[in-house]
Amino acid sequence: MISANLSAIFYLVSGVLFILALRGLSSPETSRQGNLFGILGMIIAITVTFLSIGNFSTGFIYVLIFILIGGSIGAFIAYKIPMTAMPELVAGFHSLVGLAAVFVAISAFLNPEAFNLGTSGNIKLGSLIEMSIGAAVGAITFSGSVIAFLKLQGIMSGSPITFKGQHPLNAIILISIVVLIYLLCSTQSSNLFWILIAVSFLIGFLLIIPIGGADMPVVISMLNSYSGWAAAGIGFTLENTALIITGALVGSSGAILSYIMCKGMNRSFFNVILGGFGATDQTSSSKNKDQRPVKSGNADDAAFLMKNASSVIIVPGYGMAVAQAQHALREMVDTLKKNGIKVSYAIHPVAGRMPGHMNVLLAEANVPYDEVFELEEINNDFANADVAFVIGANDVTNPVAKTDPQSPIYGMPVLDVEKCKSVLFVKRSLSPGYAGIDNDLFYKENTLMLFADAKKMTEDITKNL
Amino acid sequence: MEIDPLIFRLSIFILSIFVGYYVVWSVTPSLHTPLMSVTNAISSVIIVGAIIAGLSGNSENIFNDSSIFGFLAIALAAINIFGGFLVTQRMLAMYKKKKKDK
Repeated sequence: MISANLSAIFYLVSGVLFILALRGLSSPETSRQGNLFGILGMIIAITVTFLSIGNFSTGFIYVLIFILIGGSIGAFIAYKIPMTAMPELVAGFHSLVGLAAVFVAISAFLNPEAFNLGTSGNIKLGSLIEMSIGAAVGAITFSGSVIAFLKLQGIMSGSPITFKGQHPLNAIILISIVVLIYLLCSTQSSNLFWILIAVSFLIGFLLIIPIGGADMPVVISMLNSYSGWAAAGIGFTLENTALIITGALVGSSGAILSYIMCKGMNRSFFNVILGGFGATDQTSSSKNKDQRPVKSGNADDAAFLMKNASSVIIVPGYGMAVAQAQHALREMVDTLKKNGIKVSYAIHPVAGRMPGHMNVLLAEANVPYDEVFELEEINNDFANADVAFVIGANDVTNPVAKTDPQSPIYGMPVLDVEKCKSVLFVKRSLSPGYAGIDNDLFYKENTLMLFADAKKMTEDITKNL
Repeated sequence: MEIDPLIFRLSIFILSIFVGYYVVWSVTPSLHTPLMSVTNAISSVIIVGAIIAGLSGNSENIFNDSSIFGFLAIALAAINIFGGFLVTQRMLAMYKKKKKDK
């Protein structure tokens, strides 16, 4: 058994290692080392906990067994999961952190003596506030992440679910959570504690159902942030520095990612959270669709255009992930490069279903990361490029965002694809994108539509090169 | 007058938010997905609380109504720790630089 002071110092060390783990992610070269720091921090935290309890009886064996069970499930998932399913995986993992926070809070509430928080029915006020906040935020994280997971997995429809009185209802529930915490602190009643958790589960569920599929990058980042605050709440209860530091890190990390994602869509955080985007008048936009002429082509035309180009910019989007076309795309690019054509990739901040989703898929297909560029880095290059190859992206290339103040996506930063000499647009049909608006790019003189499955089309082009 | 230890914890919390703010802004956008999976893994340090909860039972009755929640939380957090770090490792291993054989 080690002293409380010594273990507090070790918890601090593991908190610092977690900071270094995030710090490592500033560049791909240092990132792997950063991850090792994170693992080391976790090993220290767990070991110190065992040593400070100093009880190596039967209970200890059971703890190891449960770690082993959870660990093998986690390791199995980590090795099996395809990279295209990363958003679902992360949402699923968030839900587990949330639920773990709820369980720890319940356990602390039922047996406060074990945590030095007073006695049952007479828990220290500060600790009670901290654990009820931890439990509430954890429960919201859990049910919210489950909904996000179901939507991303396609088990639940990605379209927003809205009903009348939704916002007032949510507001009432949120207020009732605050009231419940207040009552719980004054009465110490365990019934109120259970009601608090149930109501928090409910609000997590209600908060996420009105948010549509393509807003998932914001939702996932937000839930990431929540899981951090839940951990911090429990950290205060347990008076554990490692948990407080980590909670704060994760909380601010998720908040920053949500901010970046919102900025990428030019929408305010509240606009996204209140939801319902993309559910409005799909009909009005589809009225005048068939009237404008569209040039469509086949793989042969596309191959011809690209063979005669000197530089090509690839614009991948969620559609590429759905079609699993990243490997086929890399093969096409390899062939282009053999012909001496310069190829780079342009990634919009909100491409895909989570921050950095496209980068991971391209990395999986062995695309070197120094050929992949962010919007600000590459946007000026479109004017000098010969061909833009848009694969699975739509709204993020729509010039309407720059020209039409009436458009719902007006002001959103977009890739200046239309400035290329010619644009190849791989898409299944002319249907509008997530925002429910027509893409002007389809009807431009220099756009050639390639109507096909992204993967198949890319393979066909490679054959024709 | 003595300062409540809570104030010290609050100070650590607030300062960590600032550290997190600056550290996360320096993360390159291409690594945002690994950032999310690794933050997931480290937030599972909540397992520390789960272990305390799990070991709170006495030797005759290891699984009492409080410790059982601790054990469940241990399993959940362990899924996240192993899954989170390993999947991050797997992703990061894929980020490669251009070969210089051109």
